[in-house]
Amino acid sequence: MSGSEVVIVGGGVTGLSAGWWLARSGVKVTVLDKFIVGWEASGRNGGGASHYSSPLFDEEQRLWPQMDDLLGYPTEHQKERILIAMTERQWEQYRFVAARHQRLDHPVEVLDVKQVQEMVPLAGDNCFGGVHYKFGGHANPQRSVQAYAWALQDLGGTIHQHSPVTGFETAGGKVTAVKTANATYGCDAVVVAAGPQIPKLMAQLGVTVPLAAARAEMIITEPAPMMPIGGVDGHKLYGRQTMRGNLAYGGGPHEWLDVDEAGPAARPSTPLARNLARRLAELLPKAAHLNVIRSWAGVIENSPDGRPIIDRLTSPDNVVVASMSSVGFGLSPASGHAIHDLVIDGKCSFADIDILKLSRFAGLEPDWRERRGWTALA
Amino acid sequence: MELNFTGTDICAVGGTRSPTEAHYDVVVVGAGPSGIAAALEAKQTGASVLLVDENPVSGALMCNDVPLYFGGRMTAATQNSERMLEAVFMSMPALESAIETEVELLLGTSAWGVYRNGPGLQSLPEQVVGLADAERSWLVGFDRIVLATGARDLALAFPGWNQPGVMGAAALQLLLTRYAAFAGRRILILGSHDLALETALLALEHGLEVAGLVEVRAAPQGSAELVAKLVQARIAIHCGAAIASARGGIDGIEAATLTSGETIACDTICAAVGLIPSIELVDAMHGPRELDARRGGYVPRGEPTVSAVGLCAGLADTGFDHIAYRMDWTRALAEVCVPDTIICQCEEVTRADLLGVQPPNYLTRPAPMCARSLETLLEDGPANPDQIKRLTRAGMGVCQGRRCRDQVAMLLALESGQPFAAIPLASHRAPVRPLPMKILADWHEPAEMEAAWDVWFGIPTQWVPVQDIGTPYEDEHRGMLYTGMYE
Ligand SMILES: Cc1cc2nc3c(=O)[nH]c(=O)nc-3n(C[C@H](O)[C@H](O)[C@H](O)COP(=O)(O)OP(=O)(O)OC[C@H]3O[C@@H](n4cnc5c(N)ncnc54)[C@H](O)[C@@H]3O)c2cc1C
Repeated sequence: MSGSEVVIVGGGVTGLSAGWWLARSGVKVTVLDKFIVGWEASGRNGGGASHYSSPLFDEEQRLWPQMDDLLGYPTEHQKERILIAMTERQWEQYRFVAARHQRLDHPVEVLDVKQVQEMVPLAGDNCFGGVHYKFGGHANPQRSVQAYAWALQDLGGTIHQHSPVTGFETAGGKVTAVKTANATYGCDAVVVAAGPQIPKLMAQLGVTVPLAAARAEMIITEPAPMMPIGGVDGHKLYGRQTMRGNLAYGGGPHEWLDVDEAGPAARPSTPLARNLARRLAELLPKAAHLNVIRSWAGVIENSPDGRPIIDRLTSPDNVVVASMSSVGFGLSPASGHAIHDLVIDGKCSFADIDILKLSRFAGLEPDWRERRGWTALA
Repeated sequence: MELNFTGTDICAVGGTRSPTEAHYDVVVVGAGPSGIAAALEAKQTGASVLLVDENPVSGALMCNDVPLYFGGRMTAATQNSERMLEAVFMSMPALESAIETEVELLLGTSAWGVYRNGPGLQSLPEQVVGLADAERSWLVGFDRIVLATGARDLALAFPGWNQPGVMGAAALQLLLTRYAAFAGRRILILGSHDLALETALLALEHGLEVAGLVEVRAAPQGSAELVAKLVQARIAIHCGAAIASARGGIDGIEAATLTSGETIACDTICAAVGLIPSIELVDAMHGPRELDARRGGYVPRGEPTVSAVGLCAGLADTGFDHIAYRMDWTRALAEVCVPDTIICQCEEVTRADLLGVQPPNYLTRPAPMCARSLETLLEDGPANPDQIKRLTRAGMGVCQGRRCRDQVAMLLALESGQPFAAIPLASHRAPVRPLPMKILADWHEPAEMEAAWDVWFGIPTQWVPVQDIGTPYEDEHRGMLYTGMYE
């Protein structure tokens, strides 16, 4: 497929990683984004990269430690994670998951309170214990987005920002062009990686993609003294210590939304910042005096089973759709690889990703959102 | 296994909000003259009124130049919170009359966020303002909010500006008039518009030495009357000159050198080039605002339930184009700044790294990274300060960008050859004041919050390892992480 043109709708981590992989194979890539790369979920997330539940997990783990070198730009990737249990129930849950990892040959170690305090200087003696994942890790979402974008450009790919895609031209069972308000981009293949806007875009091609959008929030503190492992979470929080030292954490209630073609109208954060601050102060009591200096929210989409949809359609047959179902940052090196394979060969070369096919939702009830209570508040 | 969903997502936010502690018809933020007037006016209509003011702010915040640019020139007296509180009352007799009319008054209390339903948010039971004092934070509901948050200092970078003794005019005025807690003696003032002239006269009134004023334009900019007073007091206004550098010692500033070559001894350099309406709360709540060059920057457009009064609504319109004036200063200082001049003090971002869109020093810079710059970034689209912030960290520090956000926007305008109005306003975010985690924390949240709390969406199928699907482990896994989404 070398020399052909692939147009990618969406300049989040998924679209950009796919574009970068394709450009590495000599494919001519054009990425179209409605605003600036990574402005949606891809630049607003927790940066976690430890998705053991995914068929893309092994590839995620293999690639992250190499990404800075492969891309040529810093991503701030850091290895490993520690989960701290702050309640008896969490302690039971975290040890259960640790046992699962052991069975799956993922290196983990269960830590007692003293060990937690040794490994996590900001933790206190108020915990039940912890689990050290000697795999996984985290990276800086904003830096990673830009790294993908720049690396893609360095390989000859093109990015058009401020270019919302409005529709497609089709002929002979294929998409032949992608349209924006001011231009039409001819193509041999299309990747639709437009996050929450995927359903409305795909509906134009007569394809139903069941996704529900929601808003989730995070807070960040001023820098804390550096901990040996920055990927510390638990207490039903996810987050990380950035390489600058800031503590960036999220978790807790989400709010389901309806998102129209233009994308989220706003991404407001709420007083949930107080509930996040409370849990973070409990998780890392020696950091409780630090100032919280910002909060923010991002909008992400979920499929009915919470797993990504990465699939090449049968009709039109040159379209790959990719929704990461709210767990897409960490998986991005691997999702891009999988999308690359689907565009070029119609098949993922490194993992069995049939479970991510769109067809699994063929018999889905039309009221699947209501059934789950995943509807927007009036 | 088919899951039998309950129809309710217990991990979604509906119903789990922490309650408000009180509700007022009107909340007024900022107890300066215009805030007090607004509170009294509302009280006269029979409304219940809460008036809050963050002053006196803690010594720790002052050290971080929050909310004004104090430049480390406060005396130890500012560390004594009782004395500071007394000083606020002494300097504002109108506060007493507000209390007499049964306006509820809370000093030392900051408003750090205003929240209401709108696009992307429908889960709030009512519109609320987040408040915090030295002990705790809480939420208050309101029907109408009046923002009387005043204006803050415009800081400007020049070689040597990042040391104690470089401060802003609003901070200096506050330290002089309200707290009698200014630690300098001899001040060089940047600017010659009314703000600078008034600051100079105030300093003289307080028995301080004014070492001179510096003006990049060819002539003094402020009212002839004020200029005449300074001339009479034999204060030099160095026109057609900028500050080229500042020299300092262990206690900070000791002297400044002008572009004319003249060196002037001083212990304080006061940036009096501009004041910026303090619209943090409006912007963080996605309230409408617009750029008004004659009123000092972005000003709230006003809504039925959110209004702005006093300097927060904009500086007095005298026909003077504040933005053009600041851009002249920015242009002049761009000439004297060197690549190593720090622009963002919190994150130590130099001018070279800002304009090179380079990452901080703790990251390596491979060759492709070094080849990137603002110039290459502009090929992708117009300059956006939030994007620059993400890449360089300028504005990401504990002062929440107060010292550098306006400068960064002006530099981006200058370097990209765009008018200032073309550069979007970098977003403000709650909490709009740095708030210790333990103070922001809600220690009395409702039990429903904990019951609804999941690390992510609580979707039972999301975290089952792919190898376990269809095995007995699948049920076990879902059971262990059960959140109540299905029966
Ligand atoms: C608060 C929060 C925390 C998170 N934490 C983590 C975590 O720790 N680990 C993790 O792995 N994941 C996390 N996620 C999820 C992760 O951020 C997303 O799954 C991931 O970023 C999805 O990337 P994407 O590129 O698929 O979609 P998006 O980032 O949504 O990108 C889609 C892009 O498409 C563009 N677009 C949309 N419509 C159009 C159109 N019509 N034309 C042109 N362009 C269009 C948008 O502008 C956008 O840039 C988190 C998400 C949030 C909000």
